[in-house]
Amino acid sequence: MEAIWDGLVEAFRLIGTGDGELFSIAGRSLLVSGSATALAMLVGVPLGYLLGRARFPARTLILAAVGTGMGMPPVVAGLVIWLLLVRSGPFGGFELIYTKQAMIIAQFLIATPLVIAFTAASIQALPTRLPDLLAVLGAGRLRTLWLLAREARLGLLAAVMAGFGAVVSEVGASMAVGGNLVGDTRVLTTAIVTETSRADTERAIAYGLVLLAMAFAIVAVLTVVQQRSPR
Amino acid sequence: MPLARPLLALALVGALLSAAACGGSDDDPGTIILATTTSTYDSGLLDELVPRFEERTGIAVKVIAVGTGAALRMAGEGNADAVLVHAPEAEAPYIASGDLVSGRLVMTNDFVIVGPPDDPAAAAAAPDLPAALAAIASGGRFVSRGDDSGTHKKELALWVAAGLDPARLTREETGQGMGATLTIASERGAYTLTDRATYLALRDVLDLAVLVEGDATLLNVYHIHVVNPDKHQGVAGEQAEAFAAFLLEPETQALIGRFRAEEFGRSLFTPAAQAPVGGG
Repeated sequence: MEAIWDGLVEAFRLIGTGDGELFSIAGRSLLVSGSATALAMLVGVPLGYLLGRARFPARTLILAAVGTGMGMPPVVAGLVIWLLLVRSGPFGGFELIYTKQAMIIAQFLIATPLVIAFTAASIQALPTRLPDLLAVLGAGRLRTLWLLAREARLGLLAAVMAGFGAVVSEVGASMAVGGNLVGDTRVLTTAIVTETSRADTERAIAYGLVLLAMAFAIVAVLTVVQQRSPR
Repeated sequence: MPLARPLLALALVGALLSAAACGGSDDDPGTIILATTTSTYDSGLLDELVPRFEERTGIAVKVIAVGTGAALRMAGEGNADAVLVHAPEAEAPYIASGDLVSGRLVMTNDFVIVGPPDDPAAAAAAPDLPAALAAIASGGRFVSRGDDSGTHKKELALWVAAGLDPARLTREETGQGMGATLTIASERGAYTLTDRATYLALRDVLDLAVLVEGDATLLNVYHIHVVNPDKHQGVAGEQAEAFAAFLLEPETQALIGRFRAEEFGRSLFTPAAQAPVGGG
């Protein structure tokens, strides 16, 4: 109990005194996981839309594959990206291993199935006739997509939250492909691992609290947007 | 348009950020990947040494803390530029195959067997190391690293030297680093083999005491090796060589000797660059 209490005190002290290391690590978590989530949205939303709307033979199989991807342990994604990016791997020449970019790629791989699945589900939940109806009412193709996205916003924002929440809190992939380098690729989760193994539990708890606070702030903003009346 | 703006903004910001994160200068002095053991890392030694080297040379050092086994494997596949490791027998095949070159002794410390302060297996009372191990095997719990690290390899060798088959002992393997393994041993009232540096660094939060120490076979030697740039494409041989040379400089060696010595009343590592080289 004492360690938890000390951790709380230390967390507020670090935040209050504007601890440089804390803020740079938290900022890095935000940068890496924010980028990965944004890229996952760029790729995942159109794919999810297709899977939600279109009907083609392999669709169910693909949905099942996406669902499996949602449950993929981050450390497996990390291992795969590590093998691809490491110097002796097929993409070793790009020298991306142990960089923030490598972490973004791994987290992208983790977040994308979530975004696809949430998008597909939210699009499927719309009335099937809605696109036709919008067309009849004179909406163009882009306008139709736009209005559909608006109708599906609950699901789409849930996709952002699920994707971001998954990658900002994962540690295995970030550790494997980022290397947990001080001042470079150390993010909140890997910093917690380091401080724990160095028995600096106060700092570890402080990082954990900052991670939770950050996730809460972002999800809160998105939830406000999500719950706002559409019109 | 309540949805569009936040979503678009998020996507744009993300794309910009990742583009910014991807920028790098072309004329930097280079980067090396140093694969090393968790013991040098968890003690904080490299946090002290690496920034000095980076500041002086401009060469960035990416310190990847893994077990010695994993570090050597990374070297063998050309995935690291230098390794700082502590398992001479495991290093030998990589030296023989030409994957590792210019191995040099950097420092030593020693392994100790730690356990519950009340020592239920009476390991401390044993006349020598094999007897102490036998006592633990029959009267105590033992937690092993189980991660193919230098410490793990050492532990296995010690059991064998004591005439015991580690596979037939009831050991628990953590598969984790030294810090985590010590914590687990402490919580479970078990014995474990540790390098002294990591133990001292974590001593305050552990309910473990040093019970067996001082045997000649418990010497822990750290070598730096450069990965052979002629054998592995993309290895930054020159920069790795510079780092190895830096570790052996008298000034760095003095730093190693002083590292956290005041805090613990004794040095965690003994500089050894001047000592005769063994193994490497």
